[in-house]
Amino acid sequence: MRLQFHIEGGDFVNAGKASSTVKRALKQLDVSAKKIKRVIIALYETEVNVVAHANGGDIDVLIDSDNIRLTVTDSGPGIPDIEQAMTEGFSTASKSVREMGFGAGMGLANIKRNSDSFHIESVPGKGTTVKIINELKE
Amino acid sequence: MGLQIGNIAALLNAKLLTPGLDVSREVEHAFSSDLMSDVLTGDYHKTVLVTGLSNLQSIRTAEVSDIGEVIIGRDKEVSQDMIDLALENEIVLIQSSYSIYRISGLLYEAGIKPIY
Repeated sequence: MRLQFHIEGGDFVNAGKASSTVKRALKQLDVSAKKIKRVIIALYETEVNVVAHANGGDIDVLIDSDNIRLTVTDSGPGIPDIEQAMTEGFSTASKSVREMGFGAGMGLANIKRNSDSFHIESVPGKGTTVKIINELKE
Repeated sequence: MGLQIGNIAALLNAKLLTPGLDVSREVEHAFSSDLMSDVLTGDYHKTVLVTGLSNLQSIRTAEVSDIGEVIIGRDKEVSQDMIDLALENEIVLIQSSYSIYRISGLLYEAGIKPIY
């Protein structure tokens, strides 16, 4: 199964819609609640990051019987120092993002924690790509 | 032992904003936070979220975190979009005039356990 979504930068009204759709799809496939929660937290945090930091982005979701593969690509400012960005507490979020209940510098670390395989690539001035693979079987 | 969410609403002198949802669901734990990033790091079982952050992302955060009940404190304005999203995801949404501190204290006194 393949699902694709577009995310608008700054659109906090629709942030999370893709995660919600993927959650429903996984429920229908009888994936365990624990496995669903891990990958959906990772996807939701990634969606929020794109909304908070980028001009927009795209989500590609590939589900087979064993794994779910998420590829999220944005056209944002990029991350000059990924190691620093992964450090809990480090944040470049704006005041408006913080007012939405995010931007505490916890997102990337939480995405990694909820991913079986996590890969991030970023080109300053161009954008960031996050690849997440999670196993779906117990 | 938990408390039914309908009884929690009565204890907090609060309004139930999601008519039609089952209010006999039991709640055993509570987590109070305005920081959704923090909520997203927890594991929840029969947990109610108590928050002063009243926007769509508080409901989305509950949905992706498998939290089935949300209490908005201090009578913060709740939009129809929030109510619709809660209904769509069967999240019981409650609005109380009490402060987060008072809500948390009352829930603790009633035997609702903390997460951490």
